[in-house]
Amino acid sequence: MKKLFVYLKGYGRECVLGPLFKLLEASFELIIPLLVASIIDRGILDSDTGHIVRMVLLMALLGLIGLACAVTAQYFAAKTAIGFSSRLRHALMAHIQTLSYTELDTIGSSTLITRMTSDVNQVQSGTNMGLRLLLRSPFVVFGAMVMAFTIDFDCALIFAGVIAVLCVIVFAIMLVTIPMNKRVQGQLDSVTSATRENLGGVRVLRAFCKEEAEARKFEQRNRILVKLQLAVGRVTAAMNPLTYVAVNAAVILLIHAGAIRVDAGSLTQGEVVALYNYMSQILVELVKMASLIILLTKAWACGDRIQGILSISSSQRAGTEAIDKAGSVSFEDVSLHYKGAGAESLEHVSFSVRPGQTVGVIGGTGCGKTSLVNLIPRFYDATEGRVLIGGMDVRRIDEQQLRKAVAVVPQKAVLFKGTIRSNLLWGNESATEEELHEALSIAQALDVVSSKALHLDEPVEQGGRNFSGGQRQRLTIARALVKKPQVLILDDSASALDYATDASLRRAIRMMDHRPTTFIVSQRASSVLHADLIIVLDDGHVAGMGTHEELLAACPVYQEIYASQFDAPEKAKEVSANG
Amino acid sequence: MAKTTFSRRATLRRVMRYIRPHLPRLLLSLALALVTVALTLYIPILVGRGVDSIVGPGQVDFESLTHTLLVIGLCTLLTAIAQWAQSHLNNRVTYDTVRDIRRDAFAHIQRLPLSYLDAHPTGDTVSRMISDVDTFADGLLMGFTQLFTGVMTIAGTLIFMLTLSVPITLVVVVVTPLSLVVANFIATRTHDMFVLQSKTRGEQTALIDEAIREQKLVKAFSREDEILAQFDEINDRLASCSLRAVFFSSLTNPCTRFVNSLVYAAVGLAGALAAVSGALTVGGLSSFLSYANQYTKPFNEISGVVTELQNALACAARIFELIDTPAQTPDPEDAQAIGGVCGEVSISDVSFSYAPEQKLIEDFSLRVSPGQRVAIVGPTGCGKTTMINLLMRFYDVRAGEIRIDGHETRSLRRSDLRKNIGMVLQDTWLSSGTIRENIAMGRPEATEAEIIAAAKAAHAHGFIRRLPDGYNTVIGENGGSLSQGQKQLLCIARVMLCLPPMLILDEATSSIDTRTELKIQDAFAKMMQGRTSFIVAHRLSTIRSADVILVMKDGRVIEQGTHEELLAGNGFYAELYRAQFDN
Repeated sequence: MKKLFVYLKGYGRECVLGPLFKLLEASFELIIPLLVASIIDRGILDSDTGHIVRMVLLMALLGLIGLACAVTAQYFAAKTAIGFSSRLRHALMAHIQTLSYTELDTIGSSTLITRMTSDVNQVQSGTNMGLRLLLRSPFVVFGAMVMAFTIDFDCALIFAGVIAVLCVIVFAIMLVTIPMNKRVQGQLDSVTSATRENLGGVRVLRAFCKEEAEARKFEQRNRILVKLQLAVGRVTAAMNPLTYVAVNAAVILLIHAGAIRVDAGSLTQGEVVALYNYMSQILVELVKMASLIILLTKAWACGDRIQGILSISSSQRAGTEAIDKAGSVSFEDVSLHYKGAGAESLEHVSFSVRPGQTVGVIGGTGCGKTSLVNLIPRFYDATEGRVLIGGMDVRRIDEQQLRKAVAVVPQKAVLFKGTIRSNLLWGNESATEEELHEALSIAQALDVVSSKALHLDEPVEQGGRNFSGGQRQRLTIARALVKKPQVLILDDSASALDYATDASLRRAIRMMDHRPTTFIVSQRASSVLHADLIIVLDDGHVAGMGTHEELLAACPVYQEIYASQFDAPEKAKEVSANG
Repeated sequence: MAKTTFSRRATLRRVMRYIRPHLPRLLLSLALALVTVALTLYIPILVGRGVDSIVGPGQVDFESLTHTLLVIGLCTLLTAIAQWAQSHLNNRVTYDTVRDIRRDAFAHIQRLPLSYLDAHPTGDTVSRMISDVDTFADGLLMGFTQLFTGVMTIAGTLIFMLTLSVPITLVVVVVTPLSLVVANFIATRTHDMFVLQSKTRGEQTALIDEAIREQKLVKAFSREDEILAQFDEINDRLASCSLRAVFFSSLTNPCTRFVNSLVYAAVGLAGALAAVSGALTVGGLSSFLSYANQYTKPFNEISGVVTELQNALACAARIFELIDTPAQTPDPEDAQAIGGVCGEVSISDVSFSYAPEQKLIEDFSLRVSPGQRVAIVGPTGCGKTTMINLLMRFYDVRAGEIRIDGHETRSLRRSDLRKNIGMVLQDTWLSSGTIRENIAMGRPEATEAEIIAAAKAAHAHGFIRRLPDGYNTVIGENGGSLSQGQKQLLCIARVMLCLPPMLILDEATSSIDTRTELKIQDAFAKMMQGRTSFIVAHRLSTIRSADVILVMKDGRVIEQGTHEELLAGNGFYAELYRAQFDN
């Protein structure tokens, strides 16, 4: 958290003036009981009406000045807090943009989103309240005590005593309840997850007639939650009565001690009233302070979490060189070991393709297909070996240039909020209408656009919800083609397309004028069998490499995949024999 | 917040129904609140009386002072006890009500038709059950007691003040509403600023959500600068509207404090003048000043409570809307109990659609003899799950009927029907719990040997044994660290243990490696022996060996027949087949 204070730079004046004005206001409040005492001792006892009126006017004036001070303080506090949080958000967002895939994987997007939204908001309100109250409350509490000392030393000792007792009560209760509240939160999470899980598995649960069992299970968690809540409630419920008793006990002692001293002539009646008023102020401020402390600890923890993100730096060193001739791609003994993974995801992969060739990458789930293609645009750095584009190590190439030359169509077809056009322009801001049309045509997506009322300007909702899976997939392919990339990677991006569309798409890509070097990642043998080179992966190893015919003749893994999809005659027989 | 069909009065009636069982506690709590308020207000008077006993040197009435102090002590103790008991009672009422509502809501979800659950995002239902119920309970019950205490305090203060001095009370009553006016003025002026702030914040959250969730895509297209620029534009707008909202709303406290200090000064003036003329004692003035401090507080609290109450009612309406959503048609009372069936299925003239205006399945008929295999094929999104929905009675047919062994399915209890059908979906769902619990889901009474036998038959025994705690390994929500294939094998083992006479199987398409897939195929084949099976099929071998193939497109069954018949028919199936399997 402390490191975040750099984002307060430029708000130094506000950070000082805000609390200062707050203290001024508090000082005025502390004067009031003295004025009341003076009204009683001089005004009432001596029947000096003029003095009473003067004192009352002074009170009103102090109130007015107090208001002015407070308004100033609130403004400075709000300005600082908002400026701080706004800069924090910017810094976070800018920082996240620099993180590489490895860091994004480790942190996870939902964490990042929480940091940027609720954590920053907590820090903002913590800063705001902190600037306003952090100094004020202790100041009033101790100020009241100091004022008491100026009135009467012995009576003030009672103040010192009760403040100590109150602090013990408040903090003891907080200390006890914080872990208890954590447990309540944990149990509430468990009730939430029971609900979520039940809704997610509704079909299976009903298929197994588990409705009643589920309701019983839920009720059990529900009951535990109530039990925990009541337990915390019992402790928290003691806070108000205990502080009340402590303060009133102090009042009794105070009046008693005051009486003895008034009787002896060392204290006046008005001063006793003043002492009593100071006692009331202490109680009010102490309650505020307790809730402020809770707020501040929360904000501090959020700040620490934000700092945690900002202190993570990209594990990739940026390249600087320009690409001269891309198109050819080669892997030289490349291995990839993801951070935190138990084993290597790719082991000693080597191959080389010429510009314009088509490469098929095939294999089962988790065999490393996506890992392999992700190394080409340098989403990850190879842990061993080199990846070369146009003969240059990708690590030497300027990132912007590299990503411009390589277009990826990811497995998950995601569009951004905006219009079809704004999504396509992601590939190239300055693409012309004809270029968009051409990309759509190759991606077999012209009918998607023409089926919409506003054509290219059809709005796209967040995540592209208003398009079907197949439509989204074709649009994401078009988006990649708008780049006119030298290397095109289709990462299992035809899975939602039917076979006919898939085939037309591959044909159209082959017919392109500036044919990109194309990588087709797929589970379907039919998608890759026309490729110039097919790489068969099995658990991170290259199990075979060559054309369809070569592999069918020599690679057992490929044979197995092909057989499972193309129905080798002997297997069909075996299955039907079972039926 | 989503709009609700619940009127405020209807909501209140429903709320009352939940509170009624706790009514004695609630009344006791209110009585205690009354005691607390009365005693709390009485203490300043006692303090004033005490002050009056200590006029000056040699003028201290120690006897009456001691008595007064004893009474203060007693009142303090009583107040503390009443306060403690009251918050305890309130907690009880609040948490018990929350528990009851959650229990009812959850039980109701178990009876809701799938059509509701499919149409409402899980997050929405969860937030109704969790955060809405919390807000409701906090706001309504806490708010209610606060409101009551507040009103009582105001009334009590007025009464006590009137007993002390009528004119000074009038001063307080006339000046105090000023603070309400000020608070209200600020609240209405800032309302628009808050609306703008939350709108802008929502806009920013949407961008953050989208951009960060797809950060990899942003990087792949080098859109970092554009996203950041877009973000900054919103961020700047947010900062400026937040500053206004936060600053202007934070004026409420200083302003009301200022009004309070005016009240205080006015009471001081009136009180002191009255004291000079002998109409009020110094102790009386001290009591008055305490009241002047206390009196404005409940007003400020009440205005806060009112918004909270409104919010709570809105949440309550959302909860009751869920609880009052019509449940699925109940099972018929005179439902015929059936044991195991043979598995003869006859579907006659069935029509079905999810939305009335969009026709889907029309006059569909099919007869399946026991032990036959039906393959359902078609492109992605063609509505294969509709068939599962109808067979399992997740949805009911609109016209026509489905009979199992001659029984109309709607005349049976759903549980009887579903016990006869085993279902393995591609979307593997496991419950959090141990592996054993998951396999035994359909038959919790199964023995260890049976469970292991089922796991072995599903080819799951091997990997389960290698897990750290074997069958006792706890898997998290939705399978946790298990691979997709392992999860699928567990789902198969789950059905293996029950082995009902009919099966619905959804073949894996892509996300499983070849070797596991072979195991799954083998397990499927074992299961299907002698059982009527409906298979959402992708593999040619499965399709070919089926007794009937249903070809679906755009939600409709467009062709049905055997492989040879369909190829000879040269229709959509033939086209699909050639696209996929001919080069």
